[in-house]
Amino acid sequence: MHGSERRPTGWLSWLGTTDHKKIGIMYLVSTFVFFLIGGVQALVMRLQLAQADNTLVDPQTYNGLVSMHGTTMIFLFVVPVFAGFANYLVPLMLGARDMAFPRLNALSFWLLLFGGIAFYVSVFFQPPTAGWTSYTPLSDDAYLPEGGIDAWIILIHLTGLSSIVGAVNFIATIHNMRAPGMGWGRMPLFVWTILGYSYLIVLALPAIAAAVTMLLTDRHFGTAFFDPTAGGDPMLWQHLFWFFGHPEVYIMILPAFGIISEIFPVFARKPIFGYKAIAASTVAIAFYGMLVWAHHMFTTPQPTVVLAIFAISSFVVAVPTGVKIFNWLATLWRGTIVFKTPLYFAAGLISMFVIGGISGVILAVFPVDWQLHDTYFVVAHIHYVLFGGSVFGIFAGIYYWFPKITGRMLSEGLGKLSFWTMLVGFNLTFLIQHSMGLSGMPRRIYRYPETGGWEGWNLISTIGSFLLGIGVMITVYNIVVSLRKGQRAGNDPWKANTLEWFTQSPPPVNNFDVVPRVRSVEPMRDIRNEVQKTGKPAGSVAQPVA
Amino acid sequence: MIRRRLRPLRPDPRPGGLLTLVLLGAWMVLLVAAPGALADVFTPESDSGSPNAEGIDTLYKIVFALGIVVFLGVEIALAYTLIKYRMKRRSPAPAQIRGNTPLEIGWTAAAAGLLVIIATVMFVMLGDIKNPVSSAPGGLPLGSAVTQFASTDQPAPPSGKSLEIEVNGQQYLWRYDYPGEERLFSYHDLVVPFDTTVTLKITSQDVVHSWWIPDLGGKMDAMPGHENETWFRIPSPADGKERSFLGECAELCGEGHADHYTRVRALPPAQYEAWAARQAEAIREAQEQLAESRRAREAAEPTSTEIGGGEGS
Ligand SMILES: [Cu+2]
Repeated sequence: MHGSERRPTGWLSWLGTTDHKKIGIMYLVSTFVFFLIGGVQALVMRLQLAQADNTLVDPQTYNGLVSMHGTTMIFLFVVPVFAGFANYLVPLMLGARDMAFPRLNALSFWLLLFGGIAFYVSVFFQPPTAGWTSYTPLSDDAYLPEGGIDAWIILIHLTGLSSIVGAVNFIATIHNMRAPGMGWGRMPLFVWTILGYSYLIVLALPAIAAAVTMLLTDRHFGTAFFDPTAGGDPMLWQHLFWFFGHPEVYIMILPAFGIISEIFPVFARKPIFGYKAIAASTVAIAFYGMLVWAHHMFTTPQPTVVLAIFAISSFVVAVPTGVKIFNWLATLWRGTIVFKTPLYFAAGLISMFVIGGISGVILAVFPVDWQLHDTYFVVAHIHYVLFGGSVFGIFAGIYYWFPKITGRMLSEGLGKLSFWTMLVGFNLTFLIQHSMGLSGMPRRIYRYPETGGWEGWNLISTIGSFLLGIGVMITVYNIVVSLRKGQRAGNDPWKANTLEWFTQSPPPVNNFDVVPRVRSVEPMRDIRNEVQKTGKPAGSVAQPVA
Repeated sequence: MIRRRLRPLRPDPRPGGLLTLVLLGAWMVLLVAAPGALADVFTPESDSGSPNAEGIDTLYKIVFALGIVVFLGVEIALAYTLIKYRMKRRSPAPAQIRGNTPLEIGWTAAAAGLLVIIATVMFVMLGDIKNPVSSAPGGLPLGSAVTQFASTDQPAPPSGKSLEIEVNGQQYLWRYDYPGEERLFSYHDLVVPFDTTVTLKITSQDVVHSWWIPDLGGKMDAMPGHENETWFRIPSPADGKERSFLGECAELCGEGHADHYTRVRALPPAQYEAWAARQAEAIREAQEQLAESRRAREAAEPTSTEIGGGEGS
């Protein structure tokens, strides 16, 4: 027996914990706080743009908001929130008792948190103002000597290290710690996407770590990697940045695909359609996602053949993405669909992400991109991918796993209200932005003239963004209320398929007293069927072989 | 031990996805019913009639139409499935289908096929957008052959002649240098003749900017240390009057990014030549004035060396 050592309680139990579940909760809570902060920044920008020639914020503040919003949402919310889900769920779904390297796991969380704090301290002197892409030479010391860019560089280093450390841990855990009987072909699809996420992080993040180190030495130690006046080249920055930056998009969307691939079979009462195709398309997206980076650079001085190659690779990556959508639809087809909040958000993901996918293909047609690049059309596109895709997936995951994490159900009524408010607000905000871009409104401008005819559209977009904010806050309220007053969930409220539902809600420190033997893609369903057939308790049917 | 303390899952009266469909359907109806005046709500700008801008507009419309088909297909399939197969009082246990290989190969091939079509259309139309045409009859007669740089690969127009402008982006203005002996230049406004092929050599002298006049086709980044290229040709309007097209820098370039405007003014060739002569004269005068005021200042103020030497002498 273990347990003779006294465990610290209270806040100390969080500070020193190496329990993957506690670390997962800390990840989820702190990234969600960053999400709310980034959302407020977006709303201030929308307020500024609600009227032509508005004077609410000055240009430098606006550029700061642009940079903080993008950086926060990407590096402090979407990427690490999936690390939070994965931390909590991967060991449970695999039937493991913790991550492979629990202390490394704690390190990756604290690196993230301190990266975020180091970045936000810049608010007190001068936030970065070169956008989340920090293109050189603008981000060089000649143009932005203030420390904001340095704070951004430190954020990239700390959160990047956090992600890489976390990714190595996930890879080791997934390769080595699966329950007996869980071959690659029986691994939950969410875990497949976390594997793709982790490999992409390990492959892509070193490029930006190198790039920001070069920027740091350019800024402070007299090197000239990106300085054209001294023989450097700003194109090098863009290549290094997007070599990381495009895989980053797949890092941010694959786990959302994984979440809804778990949700559809549970709420359609029907197995996932084409398990192998979905797993294979995850691997294909991760692989081809590494080869499309220069489609962010179609307007830079490059020979046509380069543009053509990256356009074609971008078309190729659209195929496995389309395959996933067809598989999800086929999973729902002829199912018995139970309309609970997780399903709403998962279906919302399909209906919104498909718009982002189509606009992505339009943008990959590079002569068309010459018109649309760096306009509000692109702003609309990334938000249909990252909000309509990733964030709807994240909310689906919150509603799906909250009962497991807290032992209590979220309110269905508030959940559905939140979904519809968010869906309407989201489309009101971003659908019209396609038209703004088509009619020539560049992104990242703090004001626009009355003569452009953009004022009405911008006002609609601003109203929509506040509705979207209200929708998000309904879920926040739902979480706060349900933590104390929510209905007790029990082990398996959804009649789900995967092993996290085999243990208690919330799970005990050691996760499982009995590690179940896995015989299919749906081990929990097997256990439920066995319990029904034999009448024996779940613990004994789960492991018939001693 | 599994215990369920919850009520069993009950069917839900509200089918999901319906509102989505209504919303997006309304948008689609608007699209289909959009009168010509609203065309720019759904398609890129191309009011100048420049062949490259029209090419992009056409290419966009083709890809957009295919995209709409896919969009409607997915949304309708999703909404139909959600409504039709929602849990009802007496829903039977669904058939446990795990896949269908021919079907899956089929839709993978269909997706690939659609993208092959888009790629083919793109490459077929690329030449008309990328490669400059020759000047139309009535354009400015151009004497000298065009010089070509190899940084990007925009070919010369078939006639070998174009009005080649050097474009220089700066925080926060645009400088245009015109060809010819007079070394003509202008800030903010680029003045060009109708029906004449104008080729642009675009660079920057500080940070990255992006030169873009939506009505004249695609944008090209102005990057220090590099030369980027694009072109346009503005047809002469029926009334023969001046036309002007506004554009805004498209790459975040600092505090003044939102005010980094530029404009192209197109004139009949004769008026263009008159403007060029006036501009050359104005530049010469300004330079003379500058030189004179410098001479006057130098005469009036002793230089620092003179002060230093003055005490000794
Ligand atoms: Cu600019």
